[in-house]
Amino acid sequence: MAAHQFILNGQTVSVEAPEDLSLLWVLRDVLGVTGPKYGCGVGVCGACTSHLDGEAFRPCIHPVGGLSGREVVTIEGLGAQGLHPVQQAWMDEDVAQCGFCQPGQIMAAVALLKKNAQPSDADIDAAMSDNVCRCGTYVRIRAAIKRAALLLRSGAGGG
Amino acid sequence: MADTLKSDATVSEGLDRRRFLTWVMASPTLMIAARLGLDVPEAEAAKPPEGATTALSLYLAVQTDGRIVTTLPRTEMGQGITTAVAMLVAEELDMALDRVDVRSADADPRWAIQLTGLSSTMRFLTGPLRAAAAEARARLVTAAALRWRVLAHTLTTAHGVVSAPDGRRAGYGELAEDAARVLLPAVSSQPRPVSRFKLVGQPTGRIDARDIVTGATRYALDLDIPEALPTVVARPPTLRGTVQSVDDASARTMPGVVAVVPLGTGVAVVARTFGQALAARAALRITWTPGPASALSDADIRTRLRDSIGPRPLPPLFTTRTLEGRFDFPYLAHATMETQSCLARVQGGQAEVWLGAQDPKYAQREVARALGWELTPWRVTVHITRAGGGFGRRFFTEAAVEAALVSRAIGRPVKLMWSRDDDMRHGHFRPASHHRILAYLGPGGRVLGWHHRAAIPTVEFPHGFGDAITALAGEVLPEVTSAVFFALSQKLPYGFGWVSHELRDVAIPIPTASFRSVFTSQVGVSNEVFVDELARELQVDPVALRRERLTSNRLKAVLDKVATEGQWGRSLPPGVAQGVAVLEEWDSAIAHLIEVDVTGGTPRVLRIVIAADVGLPINPKGIEAQLQGAAVDAMSTTLSAGIHIDAGTVREGSFADYRWMRMKHVPSDIQVHLVRSDDRVGGVGELGYPSAAAALTNAIARARGSMPTRFPILDEGV
Ligand code: FES
Ligand code: FES
Repeated sequence: MAAHQFILNGQTVSVEAPEDLSLLWVLRDVLGVTGPKYGCGVGVCGACTSHLDGEAFRPCIHPVGGLSGREVVTIEGLGAQGLHPVQQAWMDEDVAQCGFCQPGQIMAAVALLKKNAQPSDADIDAAMSDNVCRCGTYVRIRAAIKRAALLLRSGAGGG
Repeated sequence: MADTLKSDATVSEGLDRRRFLTWVMASPTLMIAARLGLDVPEAEAAKPPEGATTALSLYLAVQTDGRIVTTLPRTEMGQGITTAVAMLVAEELDMALDRVDVRSADADPRWAIQLTGLSSTMRFLTGPLRAAAAEARARLVTAAALRWRVLAHTLTTAHGVVSAPDGRRAGYGELAEDAARVLLPAVSSQPRPVSRFKLVGQPTGRIDARDIVTGATRYALDLDIPEALPTVVARPPTLRGTVQSVDDASARTMPGVVAVVPLGTGVAVVARTFGQALAARAALRITWTPGPASALSDADIRTRLRDSIGPRPLPPLFTTRTLEGRFDFPYLAHATMETQSCLARVQGGQAEVWLGAQDPKYAQREVARALGWELTPWRVTVHITRAGGGFGRRFFTEAAVEAALVSRAIGRPVKLMWSRDDDMRHGHFRPASHHRILAYLGPGGRVLGWHHRAAIPTVEFPHGFGDAITALAGEVLPEVTSAVFFALSQKLPYGFGWVSHELRDVAIPIPTASFRSVFTSQVGVSNEVFVDELARELQVDPVALRRERLTSNRLKAVLDKVATEGQWGRSLPPGVAQGVAVLEEWDSAIAHLIEVDVTGGTPRVLRIVIAADVGLPINPKGIEAQLQGAAVDAMSTTLSAGIHIDAGTVREGSFADYRWMRMKHVPSDIQVHLVRSDDRVGGVGELGYPSAAAALTNAIARARGSMPTRFPILDEGV
């Protein structure tokens, strides 16, 4: 078992874990970071979506081995001071129902808006269609992304 | 919980005409309990109820910090009940919403109904909640009056503070202890009239939104129970298969593995992390005995259901023509986003479990039984956590039973999780069904009768429905079976002469459960689809036919609303069409208008317009969310998601093949219009599914020129 050092939510962490253990379980079972959820474990539902070096990725299919020196951000690390504009938009649109998919949805949306400040409906479809919401909150997720885009463009800061 | 005092309150204004008993519970600060008082004879009403045996509906406590904690025998699974409950409490007590906390109670025999389902929560709890909160306010005001030696009726309440005309003020928290000792409130403890509501009825964001968006919300497996070990279970390929033999030699030597525990349902693997438990699970070599359904596949099941329909009955007199419709519905998995999971600690003859159960008392009984404690079920404490979706699946509690058994076997706490394929392949499914609808036509297009016979595998309700069902039945039923529930719930809202719904209960050894809308998800849907077929046969417009034949004014009103808002009949390009459907259930009425485009092969939903009459809409935002979500369920299961059985094995194993709707499939607008005919509180949770599925099917039928009869529609191949 090797020690793996990476940056998690702005802090350097070092964990002892087998190379091939997926990051989702390192986060949840070793580090107690429970924001990223298990929904499938095979990369098809998006419940675990977090950021790796600023891009959306799926910790459930990413072994901890390759992470040395890289930067991981989970929902807990978003909006270091107060709420990130995307989180604020999520509250304003009252997006969540059971909430289980929402950390992943929010992280996917933040990554989208980083690359594309003004996403069209088609852009949102393309970026968000691999994140399942079993409660069916899609209409409000779409509205929240558009609202967050406005907030970000108007310089609401955060994140 | 000894009880010291009580008064009763009658909530007026059509909101709920039943009587509710409220009483003060022994506690250092003010604590008020409430329950339905319907069954209490007038003479009894003066005596306090027997503490230990009283059937409680809920209680609320005023803390010294001024917060109000409301404890409910209900589970939050995303339906927004905690927000609606907090709104009602804040309203009666004149306080800010964020000062009210709402908790789910542990399993306890004292709860009258501790079950979350049947769209019953707000219908059953609104009255007792208002009564309890109004009682609390009256006692807080009285305590202030006694302290200040002024007349109680001169005092006012606002923002959680009691104020006197001379400017003296006291927060509820400062009065909480005195209020617990008030013998009789000196001001009215009547809930306020609906016309004076300031918060209830306003679109309000969920009280748990901030926790959700920051990742702070705790579901069962997120709880921090020291030393709880990750656990998964290897399960048979076929439904309800059993372990014949197991070779765990290599699994045991894998990194992180702590224990391998054989169970009736499979073989549990306990490890340091879930990743390691899953890897070791894959390394187990197990020989399985196939389950009881291993000879059954979809085609056999469909044949068995069809064969159970039997010959046609005799038509009513003067029948000139009989229309027949046949429909097939698939098995459905609930596929809650949070898979079945439970934390358990069994130690020294006591067990504690944490899970998001829809029926905590059933969970308690099941865990007690598994541990051999049938006669002492109170040794099992069931803590209710927030659940990541329920939809009927969480009436069953296999994960709790497994977690308790493993915890006892290894003498340590465990957190047991079903993997997604476990959850998909070993669920309790909404059963498949076959339907034959006969519409009898007489001279001049009169509809003389409607005969619907449904062949449905028995739906398992081992948990019963407690009092919830009595509201439906109007009488007390000790044991609710599939057949009884069917008879109670299936109605046709049209003046179609002689109407009959019959259930052919078919024994098929595949585990079942109720699913959002229960039988209405099939019977109600096919009825509404066949009403459109009838309209085609009579060559009348489907909205006009419904308007003319509906027997409910509430349904006519919601239908008119969607027809107007959705511009029924507007001109559309070829291959695009509208469909409508209606439903009245759970004291609520709803209509859907859906526009669909079939030009691309795969039907594409363009627009959904919903009108609902749920009586008093406590939180319009929450209602909107529920109805939008149910529309997505309906789209998913009508178009693309269904469970297939191959020789007793469930084919679908994840969201990759169980094709639930994604962002790209859902229109950017699902409009919800609320129509309010009165102030009763109607059910919402299940209301939004059936007429959405039927309206979508009707739109596709109109766009394609042929009525879909087998679901999900994409199974037919397009
Ligand atoms: S859990 Fe990672 S994508 Fe589903
Ligand atoms: S909010 Fe429940 S799964 Fe998305």
